[in-house]
Amino acid sequence: MTDVGRHPRIKLLTLSEVVDVKGYVGNFDVKILKKSRYVSENECTACGECAKVCPVVRPDEFNFGLSSRKAIYSPFPQAVPSAYVINVNECLGHNPVVCAKCVEVCDKGCINFHMSDEEITERVGTIVVATGMEPYDPTELDEYGYTRFENVLTSLEFERLVNAGGPTRGRLVRPTDRRTPGSIGFIQCVGSRSARKGASYCSNVCCMNTVKSTLVLKEHYPDMDVKVFYIDIRAFGKGFEDLYTRSRRLGVKYIRGLPGTVEERADAGLRVAVENSATNSIEFHDLDMLVLAVGVKPSAATQRLQEMLGLQLTPDGFFLEAHPKLQPVDAATRGIFYAGCAEGPKDIKDSVTQASAAAARAIRLMHRGEILTEPITSEVIAEHCRACGKCAEVCPYNAITVDTKKKTPAVVNTAACAGCGTCAAECPFGAITMNHFTDVQILDQIDTLLEEDPQDKILAFACNWCSYAGADYAGVSRLQYPPNVRLIRTMCSGRVDESFIRHGFARRAPIILVSGCHIGDCHYIHANHWTEKRVARFRKKMEKLGIRPERLQLEWISAAEGTRFSSIMHRLEELRKEVSLEEIEETVRILENGAGVRRDSPGSE
Amino acid sequence: MIVEKQENRTTGRRVGVYVCHCGLNIARTVDCRKVAEAVAEMEDVAVARDIPYACSEPGQHSIKEDIAEHRLDRIVVASCSPRLHEPTFRQMVQSAGLNPYLLEMANLREHCSWVHMNEPEEATRKAVDLTRMAVARVRNLVPLEPEVLPLTKRTLVIGGGVAGIQAALDLADNGYDVVLVEKKPSVGGTMAKLDKTFPTMDCSI
Repeated sequence: MTDVGRHPRIKLLTLSEVVDVKGYVGNFDVKILKKSRYVSENECTACGECAKVCPVVRPDEFNFGLSSRKAIYSPFPQAVPSAYVINVNECLGHNPVVCAKCVEVCDKGCINFHMSDEEITERVGTIVVATGMEPYDPTELDEYGYTRFENVLTSLEFERLVNAGGPTRGRLVRPTDRRTPGSIGFIQCVGSRSARKGASYCSNVCCMNTVKSTLVLKEHYPDMDVKVFYIDIRAFGKGFEDLYTRSRRLGVKYIRGLPGTVEERADAGLRVAVENSATNSIEFHDLDMLVLAVGVKPSAATQRLQEMLGLQLTPDGFFLEAHPKLQPVDAATRGIFYAGCAEGPKDIKDSVTQASAAAARAIRLMHRGEILTEPITSEVIAEHCRACGKCAEVCPYNAITVDTKKKTPAVVNTAACAGCGTCAAECPFGAITMNHFTDVQILDQIDTLLEEDPQDKILAFACNWCSYAGADYAGVSRLQYPPNVRLIRTMCSGRVDESFIRHGFARRAPIILVSGCHIGDCHYIHANHWTEKRVARFRKKMEKLGIRPERLQLEWISAAEGTRFSSIMHRLEELRKEVSLEEIEETVRILENGAGVRRDSPGSE
Repeated sequence: MIVEKQENRTTGRRVGVYVCHCGLNIARTVDCRKVAEAVAEMEDVAVARDIPYACSEPGQHSIKEDIAEHRLDRIVVASCSPRLHEPTFRQMVQSAGLNPYLLEMANLREHCSWVHMNEPEEATRKAVDLTRMAVARVRNLVPLEPEVLPLTKRTLVIGGGVAGIQAALDLADNGYDVVLVEKKPSVGGTMAKLDKTFPTMDCSI
């Protein structure tokens, strides 16, 4: 920890949050809000005189309220930076009449109430997301009595009580009578592996954390009666089984079953009722103290960051990696990497391993000092452009400039273009080519897929990042669905041109699906808003023409929603069955009378 | 600047199509030989084969040999998701002297054999369609060149727990500048609150 504080290459910003990220791999512009500390980080020697005189006493968050601190304080003894910090919401203020006692005693004059929050801008090439975890709050699991009984603690509160640097200097005491308990029980899977309350996933660390705690207890209090209530002990890692057998050998009792109820006894001890599934009997255990092995939850910052960086989350709420097996460190967005519990619950060793991997992946990208960009960008065909400005309006990256007054053709800045293709889809004059996803390339795919028995097939457009990946996820999960669907991949759903849809119906597609990332999750900032508008517009046209608008479907499917993809495919197949051959032929007739079935040359809309 | 002209779209292309068994992952459900035969009849297809593992060293080697021998100018690999192996096969065609963007993949595993395991006939029919669509697309692909852009050799690490600290130190020790952003007044995260840690049973800080 101290290395981070003094490393010449590391700029450490504490009390800080990322508030905005712009740009793309190689050059991200990051806005950071650094909240004021009110104590000079460089000058403060952490002598502690200020805290001695501070009259405000508050619960200490670091010890989960098991001890107290002042309004000016050091978060914990080994804090980096070591400088004290003032919580201004608690401080009585710098008006000398009111207080300012700390200012008076600080010899070095480090305290400055006029410090203000700073906004810092940094340009970086890569980003490592290591936002960590939050412990599960067991309040909702009322059967364990966490809020009702003082001697029921969470595993993290217990950690502070047995820590030599903690509020009791490492002496384990019961909160009610400050006496060392004679017996103690641990309940596993609190907030984990339950479809009912908490989360359904395994939190990975709680079994071994409890095993460790029992060893610590047996070392200090060999006669203490220690019991663990569990579903099964997951001691899968290197050296873990050794620790587990050592714990058993030292006399820790492992009882297979999670308690149904916990009641408080007259002496503030706890009576635990449990169905022991190893002996098939209902048992009652009287214990002086109970520890809930709480699970790991995604950190609260996850969602905001996900939106800011255009990342994806698994249904559990952790960040989704580019590939669960082969790219477990990369985000789907190039240049962004995950480390630690942000990506999923893990222990220290795995967090450190992933962090080193993330660093190596970032270096791999940066070491050349330049970056090769995908040439999948849009290009303007100058002779067809009428400088209407639509492309510039829809571009999420402001990558297109066009002078609508002078009527000079639009120009694409290829460095800024990310390749969503929205401009090409929105251009009313067919004056924009989207490289690698040109009209011809896509129309020929449609033709081929509808060449034989078109009435049996479902034409589906899927964006590369979310819905196509969601279909991949359905495959990895072996979710079976009707085999009628044929996917056409585009980088973004924003690429799906009206003419593609019209062409599909003209070639006898019974059902067409346009699918993309959920609104707010688009990989191209907000390009899918244009998808939504375009599909709505086309459905209205269909209604006017006398084509059932239900035949055009729009769905948002994230990369983690394999189940959703599969269920949508089932639903589409039901819709397909309702489309008769007569209806298909009628549509063809309608569209033949209407405008432009296929745009065979650019500009002939 | 690339503008497609309809008239020269499909003339004189020499497409090679490789239908991958992926061991049994695809071949258990999809009749890969049949897919290759169906596609072989398409215009511009010079070679169409089924192969056990397209991504393996021998698999890639045989495709590269075909490119040289049959003067192939575009490749379709009908195997797994392009999200997995597109970079692999782009590299392969590039090393055989073709532009990496003259490659197209058909997803016969994630989007076909794995999701229609109980309907081998329908799955094969779909696989034929997906591969034919890939051929239709590859015929129209044009060579593209990536652009070289400057890059900032700095990393932002968000979060100062054990993972953030480790990543920041590894980067900094390798000579890269790091901005480490932590919400709390100190780094350390959850780890700093722990007493002893498994499996070594020593203290966390």
